[in-house]
Amino acid sequence: MEQIFMKGCEAIAETAIRAGCRFFAGYPITPQNEMPEYMSRALPRVGGTFVQGESEVASVNMVYGAAAAGTLAMTSSSSPGISLKSEGISHLAGARLPSLIVNVMRAGPGMGTIQPAQNDYFQASKASGHGGFRTITFVPGTLQEAVDLTYLAFEYAVRDHNPVILAPDGFIGAIMEPVTLPDFKEIPETPDWAAIGYGKRGHINLIKSGGATEAEQQEINESAAKLYERWTREDVMVEAYHTEDAEYVFAAYGTSGRICKSAVDELRDRGIKAGLIRPITISPFPYNAFKNLDDTRVKYIIDVEMAIPAQMIEDVKMGVEGKIPIETVLSSGGNIIRTSDIIQKTEALVKEG
Amino acid sequence: MEKIYTRPNALNKSVSGYCPGCMHSTITKITAQVIDELGIGERTVCVLPVGCGTLGALYWNLDMVISAHGRAPAVATGVKRVSPDSVVFTYQGDGDLASIGLSEIMHAANRGENYTVLFINNSIYGMTGGQMAPTTLVGQKTTTTPGGRNPDTDGFPMKMAELIAQLTSPVYVARFAVNTPAYINKAKEGIRKAFQNQLDGKGFSLVEILSNCPTTWGMSPIDTLSYINDNTLAEFPLGVFKDREEEQS
Repeated sequence: MEQIFMKGCEAIAETAIRAGCRFFAGYPITPQNEMPEYMSRALPRVGGTFVQGESEVASVNMVYGAAAAGTLAMTSSSSPGISLKSEGISHLAGARLPSLIVNVMRAGPGMGTIQPAQNDYFQASKASGHGGFRTITFVPGTLQEAVDLTYLAFEYAVRDHNPVILAPDGFIGAIMEPVTLPDFKEIPETPDWAAIGYGKRGHINLIKSGGATEAEQQEINESAAKLYERWTREDVMVEAYHTEDAEYVFAAYGTSGRICKSAVDELRDRGIKAGLIRPITISPFPYNAFKNLDDTRVKYIIDVEMAIPAQMIEDVKMGVEGKIPIETVLSSGGNIIRTSDIIQKTEALVKEG
Repeated sequence: MEKIYTRPNALNKSVSGYCPGCMHSTITKITAQVIDELGIGERTVCVLPVGCGTLGALYWNLDMVISAHGRAPAVATGVKRVSPDSVVFTYQGDGDLASIGLSEIMHAANRGENYTVLFINNSIYGMTGGQMAPTTLVGQKTTTTPGGRNPDTDGFPMKMAELIAQLTSPVYVARFAVNTPAYINKAKEGIRKAFQNQLDGKGFSLVEILSNCPTTWGMSPIDTLSYINDNTLAEFPLGVFKDREEEQS
């Protein structure tokens, strides 16, 4: 297969089109502008629609409308913009509409900075809006993974009737790497449940994100809970790198994950048995990857995040169940984690014995 | 015998849950009649707001999408852009359209989205119990303006039809009332035109319809009719504020 050298945001956009996405609405915000810009050029060429919304709020609600009419649709933004979209994401989840939301994460809170960060872990994995819903949330570590996960995201969105979140940090959105793109999918017929006019259907379709009664709302919640539960059994994705004999195990995702990989290689060259557990889905979270670590062998888990205070560490703790001590190497504000900091921290722990 | 009056097909057989005397029933009925008369029910999508209009989900015999509060024009944009053969309309109240959804309506109008907006303006938040709306009249008492709307702190009623008519893209912007049979007939013709424009691919049409709220205005339904005549119409003049057809002829 042919490899193309592409920028992260553009690779995600192109893959979305190949996965069948035919509607994109978005609002400018750094560092993800390459995605709407790419879509504005590429979508019309395949008969799709690009709309620059007047706000993040409008954009995600346009996606809600397009998805309600049965078209695969997506929006993208970055951290502050995702906060604005959270109303719409909650409605997409409440109405169980297939869709993709991409959050190219920058530093926070508030305005933060426009540089790469992983401060949106909680928001992306647990609370992307009100009402206690969940999404499958992917955190790619390479551009090829971003491509593969974008393709998969639309398959899962359709399979589950649910929005999916892809949360690359700003570094993944901005870098260029060679990628192999998937084939163009055939666009499916408009699904039966879509609101486009009842036509010959014989009954009306009503797309809504709430129950008409308490009983209906509880049924909606219970049905969603079953779906979320199924994800934890079937859809967890995680990479374990040199963990089989590791005494020092890094927990890191996205850009922190790829930096930890380099640290593992370098530490192993220096004779230190390091390994890495890199979640690829942070919802559902790979708790078992941590639970199954041999606590008689693993001396430390080192949680590495571009977020201060650390966030993923809460899930790591739940996986580890207190059996292995956890240390951290953290950066934030747009500072990329340095391999040397990770190595230094690990060597200090080794010295302590 | 020839049947000359029946329930429109665009409505189901439910009994209306709107408050007694509420003009939502009238406006819903004449809209449903227009949809029937144009023969477009099977390809129509009604985009509902948050507010009393959400109750339409129980009555319209049409495909429907319920929006988040104020976002109906954005949702309708998504529906219409991916399904251009569908006939799309939003049905929004004044809190929904003129307050929380001000941005969405202005920009949908400015893009000239080819759909129809029905804006039901009763100068108050009905569903939440009678709070001040952007369209509340000066001096009008609401649960959040117990001394009456004070323009020094609350501003003046927002005239949405006039605001939207200033934009270049919209093709038809008009305001009607439904507090007399003659006004009802005129409003129905305005609604028909707003749908016909969409069918002809002309672009964005908005019909504002002055309505009442006997419950939160604290009046008998019959008194709301004269209140509209004496007060609402003085603030919100009826008329066509923009009609591209007439501009061109």
